[in-house]
Amino acid sequence: MKPNLTPLFLRWVPSGRTVAIAAPFLFLLLFFMIPFVVVMQISVVDSRLGVPPYTDLLEWTDGVLSLKFNFAHYVTVLTDSLYFDAYVGSLEVALITTVICLLIGYPAAYFIARSNPATRNILMMAVMLPFWTSYLVRVYAWIGILKDQGLLNNFLLWLHVIDEPLRLFHTNTAVYIGMVYSYLPYLILPLYAHLVRMDYTLLEAAHDLGARPWKAFVTITIPMSMRGIIAGSLLVFIPSVGEYVIPEILGGADTLMVGRLMWEDFFNNMDWPVASAATGIMVILLLFPIAVFQHMQAKSLEEQS
Amino acid sequence: MINVTPSKIQKPASLKGDPNFIQIIDVVKKFGSATAVDHVSLNVAKNEVFALLGSSGCGKSTLLRMMAGLETPTSGRIVIDGVDLASMPAYHRPVNMMFQSYALFPHMSVEANVAYGLKQEKTPKQEIKERVHAALELVQMQDYAKRAPHQLSGGQQQRVALARSLVKRPKLLLLDEPMSALDKKIRQKTQFELGNILYKVGVTCMMVTHDQEEAMTMADRIAVMSAGKIAQIGTPNDVYEFPNSRFSAEFIGSTNMFEGRLADDDSDLVLCDYLDLPLQTRHPNNLPKDAPLTLSIRPERIRLHFEKTDAESNCTAGVLEQIAYMGSYSLFYVRCPSGKMIEVNVSRQVLGQMERLPNYDDQVWLSWDLDSGVVLAK
Repeated sequence: MKPNLTPLFLRWVPSGRTVAIAAPFLFLLLFFMIPFVVVMQISVVDSRLGVPPYTDLLEWTDGVLSLKFNFAHYVTVLTDSLYFDAYVGSLEVALITTVICLLIGYPAAYFIARSNPATRNILMMAVMLPFWTSYLVRVYAWIGILKDQGLLNNFLLWLHVIDEPLRLFHTNTAVYIGMVYSYLPYLILPLYAHLVRMDYTLLEAAHDLGARPWKAFVTITIPMSMRGIIAGSLLVFIPSVGEYVIPEILGGADTLMVGRLMWEDFFNNMDWPVASAATGIMVILLLFPIAVFQHMQAKSLEEQS
Repeated sequence: MINVTPSKIQKPASLKGDPNFIQIIDVVKKFGSATAVDHVSLNVAKNEVFALLGSSGCGKSTLLRMMAGLETPTSGRIVIDGVDLASMPAYHRPVNMMFQSYALFPHMSVEANVAYGLKQEKTPKQEIKERVHAALELVQMQDYAKRAPHQLSGGQQQRVALARSLVKRPKLLLLDEPMSALDKKIRQKTQFELGNILYKVGVTCMMVTHDQEEAMTMADRIAVMSAGKIAQIGTPNDVYEFPNSRFSAEFIGSTNMFEGRLADDDSDLVLCDYLDLPLQTRHPNNLPKDAPLTLSIRPERIRLHFEKTDAESNCTAGVLEQIAYMGSYSLFYVRCPSGKMIEVNVSRQVLGQMERLPNYDDQVWLSWDLDSGVVLAK
């Protein structure tokens, strides 16, 4: 082995590679991990009136240092039918949103990937174009389209398709429209990336072996793009579960989602510990599909090497 | 270099059936304004192995893809066993193709890949199992049935692809550049193996290749293609020994070309500007005196001496300018007084019998026999 001739003090200077890897991790540590630990800490203490509106985890009284974990808020969240309904409601909205996004996004990604390279770039640009405008502004814009005297209703009235305005604004339908609209690009992007790399000779081989176009699509194209389907679906599903803005702006009073409930607990009821416990449970609910996905990706990477 | 392979297994003529089993009739394929296949007509006999040979862009792959139904001819007909395939989609044709990249389905095991075609026909499960096993046995891959394609070597993948395209017992098997993805080393061995399997199965086969050696090893007949047209069709021996055009002569093997004109209608004399002595060869009788013509003489047909021969034709003096030692043979490039460079191929054996090894700048004499030259059409 070659002796290490680098001066000792220089060995502590991190290499560019270390910095490149460490930077995002440091960012996540500071702005995700630490705040998350704080939230988790709040979920096991008691609420009180005052600033901050919760008690300390560590208490020093009469020379006794006590560490008290109160899991009552978790029990509350898990047994409260309102929270239960909100979780079910959130999962339902997220699931339906994901399915609709898949039904619209898969054919879109497929045809973009199969069009000629020049058209392909223009179409992908079009998919990403909405990101140039603020998300909030775009969701607000939907009010103008969906409300009773909005663009859509006026247009349909003018066409005499309907006699009276459709009730869309402040309904679950409006929430689904807004969610599908907002999350569709997140599904198309990874799916497109998989489909565009697919070797279309495989489809020719399937036709040559007697598979009709539809059969070849089901037996070759779908399995070959499965990783893109999973990646895109998770990118839609996970943020959809915790979505707050869209149901708040477009949904009605009966749109029950966990994000709204947490907001109410944090800011209206000032019950930070219960809201934090609800957050903890949601993270666990979401970690499960992410873990499954990671596992599948690791497995398929292993298979490829 | 071409060494005509005497060890090639020639199918007995009796095994070959109906000479019109496959008919390609005046097929044209245009991509926009470019013509990829230009009025091609040819027949392939039943159980024959037929090679389309040409450089890239000559239209051979397009022709093959039209046979498979992956491209539609602009005009013309393709008839297999009396049935016109023109309007038949790829998935209904009794034709299977082994793709250049093999196109094995990466998400399926070897077994599932081979079974795929049979499943599309709704073959009973038991029969699928038996036929898949038999097909894998044929290519000696039965022990790899459960593997995924990426776990196999290139040669193994090729055998699976072959099994997959044979398992449906197609009337016509198409091979698209079957050896191009293999290392040069295992290529020759594989050519013989593949040839043996095709012979054993007795399938009619059309293959596309840019490699003349591959075509000559495996095919019963070769069609040399150039710019969308067929330059020549014949057995490997015919195409090599009796090329009909400059293109075939230059494309298959290497050759020496001599431009000349016919000296006398009755004699075998051809006058050539490059050489000191007249060339003498057999030539088609219908040529008039003074007709311009091209003579092709293969390098291995030319002898190299140190002494002047007393022949009155078919010999020339020259200076040895380049030597390439190739192992089993050597190539010598001899400059004639006129400046013409002539390539001579001397086998290791003949070289060993010479009094000394030729060296750079040696004064040498070249000679060849009366029947060594081939007159090419202009």
